[in-house]
Amino acid sequence: MSTSILPLELDDLGYTVRGNTILRGITVRLEAGLRTVVLGPNGAGKSVLLRLAHGLLAPSQGAVRWLGEGAAHARRRQTMVFEHSVLLRRSVAANVDYALRVHGVRRGRRRALVARGLARTGLADLAGRNARVLSAGEQQRLALARAWALEPEVLFLDEPTAALDPAAARAVESLIESIADAGSKIIMTTHDLGQARRMADEILFIHNGRLVEHAPAARFFAEPRSREAAAFLQGELSW
Amino acid sequence: MSELSQAFRAAFSLLVQRDPALLEIVTLSLQVSGMATVLASLVGLPLGGWVAVARFPGRRLAVVLLNALMGLPPVVVGLLVYLLLSRSGPAGTLGWLFTPQAMVIAQVVLITPIVAALTRQVVEDLWQEYAEQLRSLGVSAVRAIPTLLWDGRYSLSITLLAGFGRAIAEVGAVIIVGGNIAHVTRVMTTAIALETSRGDLALALGLGIVLLLLSLLVNAAAQLLSDVARRAEG
Repeated sequence: MSTSILPLELDDLGYTVRGNTILRGITVRLEAGLRTVVLGPNGAGKSVLLRLAHGLLAPSQGAVRWLGEGAAHARRRQTMVFEHSVLLRRSVAANVDYALRVHGVRRGRRRALVARGLARTGLADLAGRNARVLSAGEQQRLALARAWALEPEVLFLDEPTAALDPAAARAVESLIESIADAGSKIIMTTHDLGQARRMADEILFIHNGRLVEHAPAARFFAEPRSREAAAFLQGELSW
Repeated sequence: MSELSQAFRAAFSLLVQRDPALLEIVTLSLQVSGMATVLASLVGLPLGGWVAVARFPGRRLAVVLLNALMGLPPVVVGLLVYLLLSRSGPAGTLGWLFTPQAMVIAQVVLITPIVAALTRQVVEDLWQEYAEQLRSLGVSAVRAIPTLLWDGRYSLSITLLAGFGRAIAEVGAVIIVGGNIAHVTRVMTTAIALETSRGDLALALGLGIVLLLLSLLVNAAAQLLSDVARRAEG
């Protein structure tokens, strides 16, 4: 294991598209270990924040900085699971194999890694199945298996369970916890309060494109300091 | 009327008896257009994929140009390849004029833009869907091209069939660079043109029927593939 790319610093981060400000003035430092949940109502800018941090979007203002000693390799040490993950039009096993191949893992090692990746996500029996015909829950588990196989130091997840039924969502949540326990830093968005309570060590509460609160999860849920967070927790926040 | 029905009867008997002259012409047609399709796909698939994912100044112009080239008039292509291969032309020393090689070259020039332009469309649509995911997995745009070509394989094989269909049905380019020499460069379309003007309607019709059947076959294959694609792609 090489040196860490964390912490991650977002410095006065802003994003504007065609005159609409989606995010502004986001300054925060995220440390290794903690499971970070970006919480907020729909349209708050959570997904854009995640994409900026992951490098899929270029910020209009400010900067994203990886401050760890391994920062030079930051690009290859992070990946993302989307609300609707795109699976390649090939078998379940080939989807995991593809990610490993892109990351330069030699053929000889890939077979065992694919098998392990499918086993620990409960997909071993579906290895030969066309990935595109899986159920939504299975597809998302495969997306997680593929991401996990890369052993990312940081795993971004954008509303990973929003499109799933409750049972599938719980299966995905428990997989995310396993990935966190295995050493990946989790940075995920959700608008689901219950999920945030179950999963978060710390909360970034976003509202109207601004970072309103950054707090340990227990403190945030017990006594939110902002009016917006209090309203959101009581289910009153409109968007 | 009776002349026509007589011609049809003669045509069918040529087909049923597998007339050697007819078979020779059909075989050469398939070889030339098949080879042209293979070569055109070797160039057109990666080229179309590259134009789809690359971002460079003048890209929109390149797309317009590529689409415009789909409508290249075969006789103009024939003329250009003729000039290229003629004794005094830049590639004259090859001695390929009036050979099947010349016909392959002309058809490659004709259908490579078709393959590339249709590929560009297919791959660009896929890229819209895949870009974020692939970038997140650490895939560069160039590395994404083979991935997208493979994932678009069903739609792309329809593209190749379109190219093949265009190649085997055109007459203008191959007649100029091939010369319609019996047993050497005579293919279905040039033979039909010749036999019709000579009044040998039976052979012309027989070849016409084969050409129609081939076109039917190609389209049926395309339909089948798009059904498979829809099922496979969920």
